[in-house]
Amino acid sequence: MGPTAVGANVDPPMATLSEVRSSRLLAEYGVPVLPQRTAPTAGDAVVAAAELGFPVVVKLCGDAIAHKTERGLVRLNLPDERAVHHAAGELLDLARADDVDVELLVAPMVRGTRELIAGVHTDEQFGRCVMLGFGGILAEAIADVSFRLIPLEPIDAEEMIEDLRTQRLLGPFRGEPAVDRAALVATLLGLSELATAEPDVVSVDVNPLIVVDGRPVAVDALVEMSS
Amino acid sequence: MTAPGPRSEQLRALFDPRGVVVAGASSHPGKFGFVALHNILSQGYRGEVYATNREGGTILGVESVSSIDDLPAGAAVDMVFVCTPAAANLELLAACARRGITAAFITSAGYGESGAAGREAERELVARATELGIVIAGPNGQGVISTPSQLCAQIVAPCPPPGRIGVASQSGNFVSSFQNYAVQTGIGISRAVSAGNAAMVGVPDYLDFFAHDPETTVGLAYVEGIRDGRAFFDRMRTITPQQPLVLLKGGATAGGERAAASHTGALASDDRVFDGMCHQAGITRADNVEEAFEAAASFATQPLPHGPRVAVVTTAGGWGVVTADAITRSSNLQLAELSDDLRAAIDAKLPPRWSRSNPIDLAGGETRDTIPELLELVARDDGVDSIVYLGLGIQSNQAQLMKDGRYYPGDGLERIVAYHERQDERFARAAAEISDATGKPILTATELAIAAPENPGPRTVRETGRLCYAASNRAVTALGHLRRYAQWLERRA
Repeated sequence: MGPTAVGANVDPPMATLSEVRSSRLLAEYGVPVLPQRTAPTAGDAVVAAAELGFPVVVKLCGDAIAHKTERGLVRLNLPDERAVHHAAGELLDLARADDVDVELLVAPMVRGTRELIAGVHTDEQFGRCVMLGFGGILAEAIADVSFRLIPLEPIDAEEMIEDLRTQRLLGPFRGEPAVDRAALVATLLGLSELATAEPDVVSVDVNPLIVVDGRPVAVDALVEMSS
Repeated sequence: MTAPGPRSEQLRALFDPRGVVVAGASSHPGKFGFVALHNILSQGYRGEVYATNREGGTILGVESVSSIDDLPAGAAVDMVFVCTPAAANLELLAACARRGITAAFITSAGYGESGAAGREAERELVARATELGIVIAGPNGQGVISTPSQLCAQIVAPCPPPGRIGVASQSGNFVSSFQNYAVQTGIGISRAVSAGNAAMVGVPDYLDFFAHDPETTVGLAYVEGIRDGRAFFDRMRTITPQQPLVLLKGGATAGGERAAASHTGALASDDRVFDGMCHQAGITRADNVEEAFEAAASFATQPLPHGPRVAVVTTAGGWGVVTADAITRSSNLQLAELSDDLRAAIDAKLPPRWSRSNPIDLAGGETRDTIPELLELVARDDGVDSIVYLGLGIQSNQAQLMKDGRYYPGDGLERIVAYHERQDERFARAAAEISDATGKPILTATELAIAAPENPGPRTVRETGRLCYAASNRAVTALGHLRRYAQWLERRA
């Protein structure tokens, strides 16, 4: 081991993938993502929404846009064609010159009381690892999370889920069924496979991973690559 | 820079040498060179002992020689314990190699811990030792213990009783701490080593040696910085299927401080990743030094539980309730449900006021043979995987008060004192024997382990080679560690 292996602190240049490209990459490795459509114009967004079924979410998306929510580029729970057309027009107007190429992203509006967070993290000492935790706006304060180094075996994924302190949230909750642990295991294994097969992936942030009728679905995703 | 790992015969020469020479032995009792020789001699080391001292002379009855080259022709020496200044050590190693010495424990400071020049000196030391085929423990370490050879080659106290725990530590003082717990509890140590600067042999190398050492059944380690986390993980995963490994980690590292763009990164403090790594590798991670020792002592002295169901057998209500709380809070243990058969069998042994559920509270209904019979019944039940036994030593505690009081002897006190003491001895032995016979853990907990260690209850627990836990919550914590490791093995079998 060379003397620069730890603490070198040379941050390699990073690039983020757009949400669309991030989601496609996740889907390739079996991580459940929402069916979504891209649309260059407000009119195309309306067509896409009609195909997916209402209500929908419309977002402004681009490789240079990492924090959509903070910039107000997400419109939730749009009930009909008119609302979609209006929101899409507003979002396109919010695009800035430095956003470069942007497009609209249309996805079904899903609801679930429980939000998880999952991802891939590169640890300075241990290298890349898969993460699972309880998500939502309180995620960092609650910090109920678990990590495993890649590659994960199925038993590692099962034990990650057991590691979470708030086990009660994984059972039947507020009229929703218990979280489908097999589906969650498959999601974690998908993240592990993705990281193993794609050495340039530095981090994956699936936040939130919403539990819909007991099954986890990635609603937003951000992949960071070393470039 | 880590050199290729040491060969196991080299480490065997460190732990079980045919003879030891203390280089730089001193006639001054305040110097390490005296203390080392003193500890080796006074603890009855089985091999030959020699000493070098520039001026010669007799130290503690050992006729010293002025250099390694002057050792008697027939001397069978495998290990040198080095107390000389760093500047003398390169030449010393060359002389050692000429005499067939293959292992060196180096206490000398002035190496990697002391700046650029020291780091350079350490590199030279390792390079020379590698050339000469000598394995180096340390430098800047406190010493090595090996009870099968009665070897106490260290410059600090204490010397622990023999046992099955192998200790390796990045901090020499934690070796002493674990040894002090060994002395206190009677749960002994097979090998213990302070890795010092770990210039050539690191904590993982020692743990690897322990995993293949017939004298050692559990590894116990203290680590701070880990040079290559991934390599550490891969190494530990080869050890844990063979032997349980208890780890105490000190200090947070600098990693993870880089402001992370992602939420995943923000949640990934080093410690959480480290914790997950431990779970994944089957490492038993303890939160503090006492918990680490007790986990290791439990692995060394109890069978592994085959399931999560714990029965609490208690002579008093409150203790059982609190223990039940601790079990319920534990993430991987649960209170055993008493089967109808077991309940009926206990009914036949106790008056009806017993708790009739778990915790099994005897409510003072026990007679002479109840406790051994009950432990046997409960341990043989298919619905019980382990037992926590509470209440040992209470009667002997009262007996002690009688012995200390002004009415003793007389008034029939001798008879009752002897009876109570005999009974507590019997109960402690029954717990160990029934555990051995059934292959189920039975953990005995009482604060008398500390408050009155010579009470016949805890004293007999020690005599059976088991740990008498000082509190029931500590027994539950240890049992949780055993269960977690057992489950890790079962799931990967």
